[in-house]
Amino acid sequence: MKTVAKMKHTSKNEFLNGMRDTIPLLLGAFPFGLIYGALAVSSGLSAKAALAMSAFVFAGSAQFIAVGLIAAGAPILIIIVTTFVVNLRHLLYSAALLPELKKLSQSWRIVLAFFLTDETFAVSAGRYRLEDNSPYKHWYQLGSSIIMYLNWQFWCAAGLALGTQIPNAQAWGMDVAMIVTFIGMTIPYIRTKPMVVTVLVAGTVSLLTWQLPYKLGLITAAILGVLAGISTEKVISIKKYNMKRDYE
Amino acid sequence: MSSINEIILISGMVVVTFSIRYILLAFSDRFYLPETFEKKLRFVPPAVLTAIIVPAVLMPGGSWDISLQNAYLPSAVGAIIAGFIFPKKVLAASISTGLIVFVIVRFFL
Repeated sequence: MKTVAKMKHTSKNEFLNGMRDTIPLLLGAFPFGLIYGALAVSSGLSAKAALAMSAFVFAGSAQFIAVGLIAAGAPILIIIVTTFVVNLRHLLYSAALLPELKKLSQSWRIVLAFFLTDETFAVSAGRYRLEDNSPYKHWYQLGSSIIMYLNWQFWCAAGLALGTQIPNAQAWGMDVAMIVTFIGMTIPYIRTKPMVVTVLVAGTVSLLTWQLPYKLGLITAAILGVLAGISTEKVISIKKYNMKRDYE
Repeated sequence: MSSINEIILISGMVVVTFSIRYILLAFSDRFYLPETFEKKLRFVPPAVLTAIIVPAVLMPGGSWDISLQNAYLPSAVGAIIAGFIFPKKVLAASISTGLIVFVIVRFFL
């Protein structure tokens, strides 16, 4: 991602870089797409509906859970409410991207909102953070969005086609590519004490809340991490102020 | 599931999912966020990423696994160390080291 800053900024370059930087994250989505497709078949959802869900909802975790609930015979309303809860974390993502995205037209916002996923959020937040004044950073997010989308559609379709014949792709451990990429994306943030506190608190809480269903642990951990960072920042600035005052 | 029910289900999921992703962006012109608040949002990405990474590394498969059987663990440690050693090439260093360590632990140990 660092190379982006040195390149000439054009919408095309940004778009392609967004795609390129998302490639390692495609590996993490691949087994889940396959398994989703296979589960959808056995859950009683028609192939058409399974594909339509991928194409129009485009939310991996929610789709996964929905298919499980369908198989369990849960009422439609429950599945929709669960989808809402599982996707609540996206509210946090759109809040974090708001300062950048509010500069764009509504049509851009609609497009980028539709494609918002954990992966594209992570990659794009890293890009927006670089202070190179490129006017085309949203094209970078679009590139990341499109390649995530195509990858997801492809593997869901493959999972549907293979059905129960799919290999145990989860056991291959391809999601390690996603994990180490996320690690590489987190490290540049850890430069100040408040950020260290944010990461420590988010990490600890994520372990304590791991058993909460529907990604609620993730949201809890993220929010407490953010609040811890903000509080630390405040404490540090009050200390600095007091020191200065005592000195004077 | 009947096709009518499928249509209702998927439409409902589309509406809730898209609304969550879009609602803040839709109305961002109508409310004013103080700059100090916007600055605080920079804590969100590292918090979210950490909350995804930590359980995935320490509890793959849903239960504690702090052993060499868990190849994610040395892989993540390698990625973290490499990332801090090469601050100018963090991403490349973390990804390559993490993957190499994973392959070694998983397939050669």
